Amino acid sequence: MITLLEARNIGKRFGGLQALSDVSLTIRKGEVYGLIGPNGAGKTTFFNVLTGAYTPDGGEFVFNGAPLPSGKPHLVVAQGIARTFQNIRLFRELSALENVMAGHHIRTTANVWGILTQNKHTVEEERLTTERAYELLKYVGIERFATATAKNLSYGDQRRLEIARALATEPQLLALDEPAAGMNATETVQLKNLIEQIRGDGITVLLIEHDVKLVMGLCDRVAVLDFGRKIAEDVPAEVQKNDAVIGAYLGGGQKNAH
Amino acid sequence: MNELALAVPWLGKRNPLAARWLVIAIAIGAPIVAMMFGRTWVRVLDFALLYILLALGLNLVVGFAGLLDLGYIAFYAVGAYTAAFLASPHFDVHLPIWIVLPLAACFAATAGITLGFPVLRLRGDYLAIVTLGFGEIVRIFMNNLNYPINITNGPQGINSLDPIMLFGWDLSRNIQVTEDLAINSLFLYYYFFLACVVGSIIFIQRLQISRVGRAWAAMRDDELAAKAIGINTRNMKLLAFSLGATFGGVSGVLFGTFQGFVSPESFSLMESIAVLTMVVFGGMGNVAGAIVGAIILSALPEILRHLAVPVQNALFGHVLLDPEVLRMLLLSLAMILMMLLRPSGLIPANAKYSHIRYLKAKGVTE
Repeated sequence: MITLLEARNIGKRFGGLQALSDVSLTIRKGEVYGLIGPNGAGKTTFFNVLTGAYTPDGGEFVFNGAPLPSGKPHLVVAQGIARTFQNIRLFRELSALENVMAGHHIRTTANVWGILTQNKHTVEEERLTTERAYELLKYVGIERFATATAKNLSYGDQRRLEIARALATEPQLLALDEPAAGMNATETVQLKNLIEQIRGDGITVLLIEHDVKLVMGLCDRVAVLDFGRKIAEDVPAEVQKNDAVIGAYLGGGQKNAH
Repeated sequence: MNELALAVPWLGKRNPLAARWLVIAIAIGAPIVAMMFGRTWVRVLDFALLYILLALGLNLVVGFAGLLDLGYIAFYAVGAYTAAFLASPHFDVHLPIWIVLPLAACFAATAGITLGFPVLRLRGDYLAIVTLGFGEIVRIFMNNLNYPINITNGPQGINSLDPIMLFGWDLSRNIQVTEDLAINSLFLYYYFFLACVVGSIIFIQRLQISRVGRAWAAMRDDELAAKAIGINTRNMKLLAFSLGATFGGVSGVLFGTFQGFVSPESFSLMESIAVLTMVVFGGMGNVAGAIVGAIILSALPEILRHLAVPVQNALFGHVLLDPEVLRMLLLSLAMILMMLLRPSGLIPANAKYSHIRYLKAKGVTE
């Protein structure tokens, strides 16, 4: 198995709160890697540090063998890491199609001069962007809403649109922050199928999720965070049996953490 | 032009092609009709076109990129003073318009970036306050740079700017076609300004539906998400500021050479607010909105000025309200009514401006 992403001793502190301390984990190419933990364990902070929204206080990420730039989100995306948000963050006033097209920004190069003169490169690139965006809407199954304004889509469709937008950046690693939050059972099953499909297409998935059934059914390996520390990392079946994990979730508290 | 044609009431939806021709006919015929009421009205139209150019540029910053800029008039000042320095007896430099215009555009763009850098992290109210300060700084500089070395000639302003020469034609002179028929210089300016406006509209509409326009819209709707999909928000903001400023600079040059005179008082905070009002009134983030807003809000006060006194005399026998007072009163009333009835402007921005044709070809319907 080839390592895609390696987190080395990541630390992040907010004032007096140590949100992440010495978190190290390895994500292999092609797997679905779950990141779970009780509320406030530092999962989203880990996401934000990984994607460059925050600068870590210590440690580094190695992606595809090269260190990942910290604190520069657009460079991280350029390297091939895309994310979605726990609370959906779409471009509300744009159409669904335009949301996905915007996601393709980092892979296109048209500049102001090209746009002014509408040269061949710009026109061709725009056509490809549109086509690709439409394909991606189809991929997540909401192409019939292509021209609908994003804010008018249903909750589940907004989640799908956000995934389509992230996929438009052509990532190698797709980081999903609680994609099933607020979904009903049917929508969750559809989401599971979608993630399976994404993995099938060779994109590695990093998944933060509260829905234990979804995590256990989907993930190849799972890491558990508690109070900013990694307390376990294993295949789902083993993690479920882990004392520290059970303690963290059911309130055994600190004595079980190591 | 499509967007503008669609905005034509009634006709726009039923027969866009006819509406389009109507818009073109109005644009070309307007000064001829205006001339029947007197030269002043053609002048009003000329200024309306300058305001359109300003509103288009500000709309790019405020409407497209979502950066509230209250000091926009500073770029207008940069353009006008560039023209005054490079084409007037003040320094005795007389460069042709083809050199002045691009230079002024460059200077204004540089000024835009200069403003842009320190305010990259600000947004909303905070951004508005800083840009407001920037606008005032530029005006105060223009007002005071006459001592110890006289650069801007201070509050007196700079006089007798060179008129625009196009291929040997002096736009400030009437063209004598036959003995009785002369084409007034105001017409020449009108059509020259119209050409500039049309060029700007085409450029801006291309921008709006491009990679850059989408990045701006994304940044406006959700900056964090825009960063998360790889948009370099710093560069995109600077691009918006500098491109918006370019339009301000160009219209500043046109304003200066058209008036033949620039002084700091033309670039007060009220002017910035007036242009912003045009954008908001017409509909933010919308080319047609900016145009309609600029036409209405620049022509209305002039109409009022000519009507207020005679109408009040006829009704009450004497003048109750000074036209200037009445103007502010009606303007505020218009704004309040608009906030209540059409909060997103006369012509609200439409997200689905692009690629409808492409989707239709794919068999997608709404």
